[in-house]
Amino acid sequence: MNVESLVRVEDKLYYNRYLVDIGHPHVKVRAHTTPSPQLLALLKACPARCYELNDDGQVEITVDGCIECGTCRVIAEPTGDIEWSHPRGGYGVQFKFG
Amino acid sequence: MIEERFDAIVVGAGMAGNAAALTMARRGMKVLQLERGEYPGSKNVQGAILYADMMEKLVPEFREEAPLERHLIEQRFWMMDDRSHVGMHYRSDDFNEERPNRYTIIRAQFDKWFSSKVREAGVTLLCETTVTELVRGERERIVGVRTDRRDGEIHADVVVLAEGVNGLLGTRAGLRARPRPDNVALAVKEMHFLPRETIEARFNLRGDEGVVIEAAGTISRGMTGMGFIYANKECISLGIGCLVADFQRTSQTPYGLLDQFKRHPSVAPLIAGSEVKEYSAHLIPEGGYKSIPQLYGEGWVVVGDAAQLNNAVHREGSNLAMTSGRIAAEAIGLVKSRGEPMSAANLSIYKKMLDDSFVIKDLKKYKDLPPLMHTQSQNFFLTYPQLISKAMQNFVRVDGTPKAEKEKATLKSFVRARSWTGLFGDACRFARAWR
Ligand SMILES: Cc1cc2nc3c(=O)[nH]c(=O)nc-3n(C[C@H](O)[C@H](O)[C@H](O)COP(=O)(O)OP(=O)(O)OC[C@H]3O[C@@H](n4cnc5c(N)ncnc54)[C@H](O)[C@@H]3O)c2cc1C
Ligand code: SF4
Repeated sequence: MNVESLVRVEDKLYYNRYLVDIGHPHVKVRAHTTPSPQLLALLKACPARCYELNDDGQVEITVDGCIECGTCRVIAEPTGDIEWSHPRGGYGVQFKFG
Repeated sequence: MIEERFDAIVVGAGMAGNAAALTMARRGMKVLQLERGEYPGSKNVQGAILYADMMEKLVPEFREEAPLERHLIEQRFWMMDDRSHVGMHYRSDDFNEERPNRYTIIRAQFDKWFSSKVREAGVTLLCETTVTELVRGERERIVGVRTDRRDGEIHADVVVLAEGVNGLLGTRAGLRARPRPDNVALAVKEMHFLPRETIEARFNLRGDEGVVIEAAGTISRGMTGMGFIYANKECISLGIGCLVADFQRTSQTPYGLLDQFKRHPSVAPLIAGSEVKEYSAHLIPEGGYKSIPQLYGEGWVVVGDAAQLNNAVHREGSNLAMTSGRIAAEAIGLVKSRGEPMSAANLSIYKKMLDDSFVIKDLKKYKDLPPLMHTQSQNFFLTYPQLISKAMQNFVRVDGTPKAEKEKATLKSFVRARSWTGLFGDACRFARAWR
């Protein structure tokens, strides 16, 4: 049974409230030709599915739906694959319940 | 931005930061608190159970004022396989007491209220302000912070780092290590809304009585992890968390696990027909005693999740955060009342006081459990739950097989799966770590 293909994370993110800081992504992926195992792990481990593989086989990030958990930081900051910061004050996800 | 000088700056308005700021302000200190969220709680995620004793020490009248959901009269533990669960329930009318011991809460709402008490005590709170860096002075001493607001640095005698599990500032400044994949769990959570009467009927509750369910087993697919279902007044908090290292190793997705947990035949009827209003995720420190970093230094202390002060075995964190925040503030207050500088030597009293509290004593008791669970995750979270479920089914199903034969078959299945030495070893290891 492949549960993953049945779950649409995008739909889940619609429940949430975000204040997107356009033009200031708080997480960046270092330019690469072939992704490291750590970067590839983020395709699955990120709970908001922010990481995707582009047509050239590189890992890209779109931070708009990020729930700021820090999982990608823990996995891929030590290898230098990503740069991770908090969004600027006031921006990002705004939990109503938490 | 802020010209004046403060006695203390607190980074973060979560449980630890609020406890620290409140305690220092009540001792007459001039405190600035900085929070990156739109309001306190807007970035925070918890299950969430609030432990009354630790809250009472900070705000004795919280029961009358705070936004509380339900007081807990029942706790359930579920050991799950794919189609069943073996459960232990503890329910007692004793918990319908005048000053209940535990409550469910909704963190975003609770933190807002907690923060109102902190401001009443005289703390200056700046929200929508991300601290980007710690400022160092002579001899590597921390003398203040830099924020993403335009007007530069703010100075204080001491900085209390209550920045939560990610702890960016402390790690960037080299005060402690970055959290590691085998030291933190990732939890995903949803809020399911249902009419109050429906929740009370499904969970067998009256009025504001509450129940929580903690679940482990094949739901984590062999990874070290747990699920939880907590009843609030008009919604159910439901989530599941596993070690980040396990997610990395297995390529399981967090939302896939959550979805499977929700579809489990023991869980689905509890949330049937609900409206989901939020999807969140957060890390939980799971490294225990052995992962606690240096807790103080020249001009700084660290409290709460940022210091890995979290008891994953008992699912306690916010109470350790509150207590460490309060104790750090009391220690700072002591140093200040003596008119002495906030040096590492003087602030070391914080660690001494914390060592004497339940925070460190509890974490020390379980110091060997996290590594055991992490290295034996297949056995504890896959093999045993399946075996136990099979044994239970064998025990209760009436099918004409003589009982002695049934018992023999059950025993055999355990031995086949783990061998005698394996079973004995697991039992000893578990007992030793628990002791
Ligand atoms: C799913 C889940 C379930 C849990 N269940 C329970 C439970 O039932 N009971 C329990 O007791 N504990 C539970 N915990 C643990 C509990 O939530 C934490 O231990 C507790 O919140 C830690 O408090 P804290 O103040 O240290 O950190 P947080 O509550 O995380 O607060 C940190 C604050 O600092 C702010 N911040 C961080 N960096 C900066 C910066 N650079 N600038 C400005 N602000 C910043 C953040 O926005 C945040 O408000 C649970 C945790 C999770 C994730
Ligand atoms: S912080 Fe969490 S939600 Fe955001 S991109 Fe990283 S893993 Fe995904």
